[in-house]
Amino acid sequence: MRKLSFDLVIIGAGPAGLAAAVEATNLTGRAPLKVALLDDNPVAGGQVWRGGLEKSPDREARRWLEQATRPNLHHLFQTKVVAAPGDHRLLAESPTEGLEISYKKLILATGARERFLPFPGWTLPGVMGVGGLQALVKGGLPIAGKKVVVAGSGPLLLAVAAYLKQHQAQVRLIAEQTTAKNLAGFGLTLLGSASKLAQAVQLGRELITVPYRTASWVVEAHGQHHLESVTVCQAGRLHQYKCDYMAVGFGLVPNLELAGLLGCSLQNGRVTVDQWQTTNQPDILAAGEITGVGGVDLALLEGRIAGLTASDRPEQARVLFRARRRWQGFSQALESGFALQTALKTLSRPGTLVCRCEDVSYAEVQSHQSWRSAKLHTRCGMGPCQGRICGTATEFLWGWSVGAARPPVITARLGNLVLEQEQVPEV
Amino acid sequence: MPEIQVSINGQTVRVRPGSPVAVAVVLAGQTDYRHSVQGQARGPLCGMGICYECRVTINGQPHRLSCQTPCEEGMQVMTT
Repeated sequence: MRKLSFDLVIIGAGPAGLAAAVEATNLTGRAPLKVALLDDNPVAGGQVWRGGLEKSPDREARRWLEQATRPNLHHLFQTKVVAAPGDHRLLAESPTEGLEISYKKLILATGARERFLPFPGWTLPGVMGVGGLQALVKGGLPIAGKKVVVAGSGPLLLAVAAYLKQHQAQVRLIAEQTTAKNLAGFGLTLLGSASKLAQAVQLGRELITVPYRTASWVVEAHGQHHLESVTVCQAGRLHQYKCDYMAVGFGLVPNLELAGLLGCSLQNGRVTVDQWQTTNQPDILAAGEITGVGGVDLALLEGRIAGLTASDRPEQARVLFRARRRWQGFSQALESGFALQTALKTLSRPGTLVCRCEDVSYAEVQSHQSWRSAKLHTRCGMGPCQGRICGTATEFLWGWSVGAARPPVITARLGNLVLEQEQVPEV
Repeated sequence: MPEIQVSINGQTVRVRPGSPVAVAVVLAGQTDYRHSVQGQARGPLCGMGICYECRVTINGQPHRLSCQTPCEEGMQVMTT
């Protein structure tokens, strides 16, 4: 196991992590900090700027990605943190080796994932996440001429539908679960932000030929070995659409496993931080979607504040508080505008799988009173994803609390969990 | 950029360098990446290293996430 040591380690190279890294390595007239930026993907950018510099046409993305190449910034990509054995240390693994990483300060910017809800047929190949399908298309998945239904909730549906259409996919429908009334409320908040409004208008133009239906959701995916069609409930009536892919995601949920493992206080499904982005744990800060889903602008500001705080420049951090407050308002509007309807709790049939890793059905899981009981009796949430998909679903379906993750926080190779014998310090 | 070659279940496909293995599997005409404990065919869901549905064997190493592993020249990929 290779040992590495840094002044500051940043977990996650999406917008928040990048912004933190750029600020923390931008010290003039002071000894540079030794900073590491760690991410499980092969390149920086996170999900929103996936593919890094090479694939990012976005000017804002280029600006941050280009600055995150300073010599005192060490990139540790394709690397996952698997455990935190204490004493400011992390155990991590890449495809080729195990790492023991020491830090003086740590910034968590682990981002968010999509929320998936079980429905009949959701395990068929061809049913993918909204961000998931976009990621594969960015990676070269042929989509031209393919029929796609986009469903779920949130602004991501529109952004991805537009992206797929630009790549000549036939987007047949966008099914948004929220009501027209809630959506209108969210639309009003966009009026307060010129950049978000411009984005919305642009998306509207690009998607002018695509039906966008509110109070609509997928009820079943059909197919033998691969997706062939989907049934969608549109304002109470069922419609069937032939399609090659379905992109489905019910909003975003923060990736809290590592924060939980490190003992950070979690509340309302997010990491609790103070105005300096510090958590309740000494020397651990958090920024971006894990402190509340709010999009790229909020993530950048939180990341910058965390980077400035971690490099002892509170006055520069304070200047950004006002802008952050404005984007926090956007975050709240997102939450109320796209709150999930209770009807989505009844999509499963008794035989519908809830846990895809261990093939545990809705009926089996439902017979339990808690996440822990379901886990112990059915193996629900005990497969390779460690409940990241089904645990999130059960939180919505039955209001269960999944609780803090235990090490190893993600599937790891056994050899990478073995710490070397502690060196006895010389007196 | 010149394409590279990888092998999916013994079949050679050409892909853009840097493409994830998950895409090479589709280009080889495969839709099932793994089989679940009850034997159902599964493919990528999240596309971002969370769900583990897209795992395949790469150069003899099992349980690699095809969505987060970039293709490299001569890679040998096996689905189940």
